[in-house]
Amino acid sequence: MPIISSAELQIQSNNEFFPSNTNVKSNPFFKVLFLFLCFLLIDSPLSFAAEDLSESWFNPNRLNMLIFLILFFAVIIYFIQRAKKGKSLFIRRIAGLDAIEEAVGRATEMGRPVLFVPGIEDVNQIQTVAAMIILGNVAKMVADYDTPLFVPICRPFVVPVAEERVKEGYAAAGRPDAYNRDNVRYISDEQFAYAAGVQGIMLRDRPMANLMFGSFFAESLMLAETGFLTGAIQVAGTANIHQLPFFVVACDYTIIGEELFATSAYLSKEPKLLGSLKGSDLAKAIIIGILALGAILETLGITQFTRWFFIE
Amino acid sequence: MRREIPIAICFLVGISFILEYFIPHEDVLSIFETIRQWAIIVIAFAYVLGIANLVRINSHVIQRKGRDWPYKIILVVSLFFMITVGIIFDIFGIRLGGIGEGTIFGWVYFHAQYPLQATMFSLLAFFIASAAFRAFRIRTFQASLLAVTAILVMIGRVPVGESLWADFPDFIEWIMNVPQLAGKRAIMIGAALGAISTALKVLTGLERTYLGGE
Repeated sequence: MPIISSAELQIQSNNEFFPSNTNVKSNPFFKVLFLFLCFLLIDSPLSFAAEDLSESWFNPNRLNMLIFLILFFAVIIYFIQRAKKGKSLFIRRIAGLDAIEEAVGRATEMGRPVLFVPGIEDVNQIQTVAAMIILGNVAKMVADYDTPLFVPICRPFVVPVAEERVKEGYAAAGRPDAYNRDNVRYISDEQFAYAAGVQGIMLRDRPMANLMFGSFFAESLMLAETGFLTGAIQVAGTANIHQLPFFVVACDYTIIGEELFATSAYLSKEPKLLGSLKGSDLAKAIIIGILALGAILETLGITQFTRWFFIE
Repeated sequence: MRREIPIAICFLVGISFILEYFIPHEDVLSIFETIRQWAIIVIAFAYVLGIANLVRINSHVIQRKGRDWPYKIILVVSLFFMITVGIIFDIFGIRLGGIGEGTIFGWVYFHAQYPLQATMFSLLAFFIASAAFRAFRIRTFQASLLAVTAILVMIGRVPVGESLWADFPDFIEWIMNVPQLAGKRAIMIGAALGAISTALKVLTGLERTYLGGE
């Protein structure tokens, strides 16, 4: 089951954020951006003075966050609507995600299992939610290839979600009978007990593909190094930047930060999800512009612009 | 309805927690504090699911006398032993129950589990050494840059660095605070936007695969 073929990822420059025939003056985004920048040249109302807000219904010092959040949501919804209308959206190739299928294929050839580690945080963490989305796709893939999949879990609340995702993946592949409930295993809540348990699975069962997605801490290098010693193909992804260097060193492919959250759109290619991805990209471009503008204005001694971005 | 109701609950709770950030009124904050306590209680019940999973899988292996079955017996016995000593009451004035210091539970925790965890953590030093060895092998321009920068930072962070060049520590601080931090923050901003975007998709029900039962 190909995740996405390179042919489908051809750059369509006229389908980027704005079509080539876009009239800058008539584009609503440029209008909003212009108004936003004009607004920012007004002095910030944020005071951060020590005052009792326990009887207030709005914290005025968080006005900047509210404006950013509304704008960000508006941008995402705009792109989702655009995608719903059938506009094709380009998404760049993410080598790490393409490598998942390669790793599962290699495990099948070698007759060895696949290990999926969804991080050590609970399901209320957005990285764990992202890991669960990837798990569903991986489960479908291993069901297609008829390869065993082990999912060791650190938090009990993740167990039913992971069981459901794996079961659904097998059902989607048309092989619900192949689903083995015992392969989704709760190990321990304790970080290093969990790490020891996963290392044990790596050394005893010798999985050929180790897929590690989610939130990791000190155990990241222990898992990745043990996987390296067993000779497995390793693909890891996390948004915890302090653990990224360890994964980069010890894994074959690393999915860095935001790429983890792009996975569901990348794998499903569903227009609505691709639209939200595009919205995030535009928000990032705006932030880069604001950072550059702020740096220039601060250098020139104009400080009211940067005061809009102070956070209490 | 199996999917609509969870999505509606997710939307209402998610939006209300976003609003909590902007509403400092004490009445509102107390409501959210109560909801948080509910969440803790619900999460505590999830441990039953974890224990059930653990017991089911290991008891299957013990029944079949599968691989490493004696270790599974130790695991299941230890699990129920710790639960039992954690909840039983004191007998004849002897302090047996509870989970604090001076209890059986506390003794096992501090004299068995704690040292075992410390042992696991200390292994990290060796894993870092082996990973660093591979990372610093100079094969490409980027690897060379990484190795040279790492060596400079290591020298600059120890007294010999300052004795070689008085401004060495300041130079290292510049490396850490300017190029290193810039790269780090770029990843952080991207990840934060990705997280907000995913949260929005989950709240609005666009991303519903995590619910299962498609």
